[in-house]
Parts: sequence; structure tokens; C-alpha cells
Amino acid sequence: MNWGSWSEFWSMGGSAFFVWGSYGVAFALIAVELVLVLRRRKHVIHRLQKLRRAAKATAARKEIRQ
Amino acid sequence: METPQRFSLFRYAAPHMFYPLAGKMAPWFLAIAGVLTLIGLYLGFFVAPTDAVQGEVYRVIFIHVPAAWMSMFVYLVMAFWSAVGVVFNTRLSAMMAQALAPTGAMFCFVALWTGALWGRPTWGAYWVWDARLTSQLLLLFLYFGFIALTRAIEDPRRADRAGAILSLVGALNVPVIYFSVKWWNTLHQGASVSLTKAPSMATTMLWSMLVMALAAWAYTIAVTLWRVRSLILERERHTEWVGEVLDAAGERA
Repeated sequence: MNWGSWSEFWSMGGSAFFVWGSYGVAFALIAVELVLVLRRRKHVIHRLQKLRRAAKATAARKEIRQ
Repeated sequence: METPQRFSLFRYAAPHMFYPLAGKMAPWFLAIAGVLTLIGLYLGFFVAPTDAVQGEVYRVIFIHVPAAWMSMFVYLVMAFWSAVGVVFNTRLSAMMAQALAPTGAMFCFVALWTGALWGRPTWGAYWVWDARLTSQLLLLFLYFGFIALTRAIEDPRRADRAGAILSLVGALNVPVIYFSVKWWNTLHQGASVSLTKAPSMATTMLWSMLVMALAAWAYTIAVTLWRVRSLILERERHTEWVGEVLDAAGERA
């Protein structure tokens, strides 16, 4: 253990900006990427379901006409 | 009588076989990544000692080096899938390459960003045009170029091909980055870990770095699998099985 107290830990020997600036941005980007990936999946499923419903409706209309 | 199906990895080269497998594996890899990150950070911040020369700021290494490794490795894997796609004309390979690119770009940016923040207190500058930094920046542009190129071309077959050429040519940059500290005598410090030499750093520092690197691997696998699932659905939307997946998803919602 290198730290006497939490405030000593957070100050990182005076390099807090550089150390936490690195980890902060890295983990923020990872969080954003995870959200984007999961959102994209929802979006894709939603869009394709719409397309499928539309295709089914068109097929049904054609059948009625014939 | 039913013939027993022989297990084969090649079965999973078919998108409709790979899709459910990817869905099952992704959460596990994300969980592994989370656990390894916690262990790595604990080792890096609470076990590893203060560096004799650099003080506390060296602790950036636990995110900087794994991110830099991943950015190069992901590009090589991308180039590998591109080559497989070109040679064997498999549909899934190009999708894998495209699913990897954003995560590689993210790690590349993290490597540059953390490098800049580490460079300021140790070198006195956020940025210098040294060989390693320049080739790493080129890697970021190659990632952006790959993403932009594959998305700009409407026809997926042509997009795959263009992307494959770019990733294969761009892969030449990776050894340049890796060996840049040996080839040119520059500001960037030499490799901390080498296969031929005993590590020049304290064992706890080395371990936390390696654990963080494994966490980055697991994370990359998890996110890539999720992303490739969306790509598979898009590309295979005219098939029967995607229809079934969509109907099942509709019932659940």
C-alpha cells in the first residue's frame, strides 16, 4: 500500500490531472462505445422489423388483388 | 435414423450459426473484462510501488500500453479477416473486419491521448513528431479511413473489397510502429517488455499491465461480437432465419 489516505491517493503525488485525465477519458470512451453498440442493435432490429412488416403487407395486398 | 453431427469450427463461419453463438459468448467476455479490469487496477494502484524516476505519473502505463498493444493487434486481426474474406470469399470475414474497426480506433485514440498526458510531465510536451507518435497517428487515420470507406460504398461486396485492400496495405504500418523505437533513436522510451530480455520493470507493475491487457482483449471480443451481430442482421435480412429472429424479438418486446 502506497497511500496514507484517500486524498493522498487522489492527488497522485501531484500528477492527478495526468493520471485521472488518462483513465477518465479511457473509461468514458469505453462506456460510450458500449452504449452505442447496444443502441445500434436495438435500432437495427427495430428498422428491420418495420421493413418486414411492410413487405408482409405488400405481399398480402398482392394476394387479395389476384 | 439421425446421423450424429460432427463438430466443426467451420460450421460457425456461416452467419446463421455464428449469430446465436456470438450472442451467448459476448456477455461472458464482458464479465471477464470487468473482473480483470478491477484486478488490474487494484494491482496497478494499490500494489505496484511508486516509480523511482517518474513518481506516480507512470501509472498511466497500465492503460497506455494495453491500449497501444490493442490498437496494433486489432488492426492486424482486421487485416487477417480481410485477407480471409478476399481469398475464401466468406461473408462473415468482412463483417468481422468491420466490427473490429471502431474498437481498434477507440484504443488507438486512448493510446495517443494517454501518451500525450504522460508526455507532458515527463518530456515537457504533449505532442512531438517523433517516429512512434507519428506512425501511431497514421494508424488512427487508417482506422478512420477504413470505417469511412466501408460505409461510403453502398454495395456491400465492393465495400468489403475496398476495405480489405486498405486494411492489408495499412497493416504495413503496424511493424513500423512496433519497431520505431529501435529503428530511430527518438524521444519515446524503448519497450518495457520484451520476449528476449528479462523485463526491466518491477514484477507487480508488469503483472498489472498484463492483466489490463487481457481485460482489453476480453472487452474487444465482447464488443466486436455484439457489433457483428447487428451487421449480420443487416446483411442477411432477406433470409428466412433473420425473419425468425426478428419475429422472436418482436414477441419479447
